[in-house]
Amino acid sequence: MTEPLQREMLRVSDLHAYYDESHILHGINLTVGEGEVVTLLGRNGAGRTTILKSIIGLVGRRNGSITINGVETIRMPTHRIAHLGIGYCPEERGIFSSLSVEENLLLPPVVKDGGMTLPEIYAMFPNLLERRSSMGTRLSGGEQQMLAMARILRTGAKLLLLDEITEGLAPIIVQTLKQLIGQLKEKGFTIILVEQNFHFAADLADRHYVVDHGLIAEMIPRAALASSREKLNQYLGV
Amino acid sequence: MELSFQMVMSQVMLGLNNGVFYAILSLGLAVIFGLLNIVNFAHGALYMLGAYVALLGYTSIGPLIGMPDFHLSYWAALFVAPLVVGAVGIVIEKTMLSRLYKFDHLYGLLLTFGLALIIQGVFTNFFNVSGDPYDAKPETLNGAVNLGFMLFPKYRLWVIIISLLVCFGTWYVIERTKLGSYLRAGTENPELVKAFGINVPLMISLTYGYGVALAAFAGVLAAPIYSVSPVMGSEMIITVFAVVVIGGMGSIMGSIVTGLLLGMVEGFTKVVYAPASSTVIFLIMVMVLLVKPAGLFGRES
Repeated sequence: MTEPLQREMLRVSDLHAYYDESHILHGINLTVGEGEVVTLLGRNGAGRTTILKSIIGLVGRRNGSITINGVETIRMPTHRIAHLGIGYCPEERGIFSSLSVEENLLLPPVVKDGGMTLPEIYAMFPNLLERRSSMGTRLSGGEQQMLAMARILRTGAKLLLLDEITEGLAPIIVQTLKQLIGQLKEKGFTIILVEQNFHFAADLADRHYVVDHGLIAEMIPRAALASSREKLNQYLGV
Repeated sequence: MELSFQMVMSQVMLGLNNGVFYAILSLGLAVIFGLLNIVNFAHGALYMLGAYVALLGYTSIGPLIGMPDFHLSYWAALFVAPLVVGAVGIVIEKTMLSRLYKFDHLYGLLLTFGLALIIQGVFTNFFNVSGDPYDAKPETLNGAVNLGFMLFPKYRLWVIIISLLVCFGTWYVIERTKLGSYLRAGTENPELVKAFGINVPLMISLTYGYGVALAAFAGVLAAPIYSVSPVMGSEMIITVFAVVVIGGMGSIMGSIVTGLLLGMVEGFTKVVYAPASSTVIFLIMVMVLLVKPAGLFGRES
């Protein structure tokens, strides 16, 4: 595997994760450099979501090693991990129905300096400004996705874990999200995308990790994407 | 039977006086159930404990600490009892309840029910079951106020006002402030709230502490009206659970409004047909359960 040139932000070594009795991850190794956009590709159930949840500390049991900016987090309580500068956007979006849009936006505490301010966020997502006093789950699916993204941009998190953000959304919204990820990349965010929509991922990412049966099967840099198409299709079963 | 306006209103006011106790206690239960998913059967016992902190603080704590002239005043008890009982609650949550969250509701209910029996048993062993009077009611709250339609005891009026303030203050904090938004979010999806970097276990302990502190506060308010007895909680809690069932578990405003209304219904029933006044709440509970099983303010899931 070629190591990224940037400073290392995240290193996962020999990560095993379990839900109750089932062993989901069987020794994951991956690294992400500062400012990189990396995807986790693979079939449903391959363990991609579990990798994100392990990083933020939401799996029942995990062992191995996960370092964030050199800090070991494998034994840290979940609420402290976020304070290392991680923003998490779950697959089901996790918009709170008993909170207004603005309360949803302001919920995650600021974990690092340099996050976006509320006016900056409203400038980036004008829809949310318009609907800021509606209850969170009254928004359309696309608006909810924007809200789920926007609320982790406020916290100053520099490493974003985004789980299936394009799932079930109209093409026009997927296009908007693509632009958004591009902008975030320019601003220097480090992003891990779990993505089903390969075309969405292909243009954005620097590198792709292929996850299969709880293991990293391949690492494909952007440059090698064309030559690896056939191999990739086998893994993804498309 | 002739129903005079005066008769009805005076019973309704006395009913409201009971209603504020129902409201404070069911509010505490609702707050606890929302975040912890635990039906806190120890609530009545902790209400009783609050009254005893006030009583013993007034009669016995002075000699015990070598200052025979020291009496914990009523006003001080309103702060001290909730703090003491809240601390007891936090210990209970940290050492016992926190081990049960991964299991069914039922285990929390059984544990708190056991605790209630233990606390009540210990107090029954040492204190008079028929009750001891609490004589620390401040001078300023003696006497009666003319409400126009009746002379109403000043102390009871104070209880109604301060209870309403505490109830609506709690509602405001939960529904309208940043702190409350953590609580609401934690009620919906505690895992995600943790992932955002909020110390959810701490929040849960403090919430339980606050819920039972409310019960203790109600216990102090009740002490000068009813006598302080080891069984005062178990008598109260049965009605309060009926109130909670009618209002819908977990709804903040629902528990307050239902508590107040049912107190008044009880008072009104006393005028119309007195023997039914102690059962009317349970009749309403049966009817509500048949028509709206989730309670008047509960969300059907």
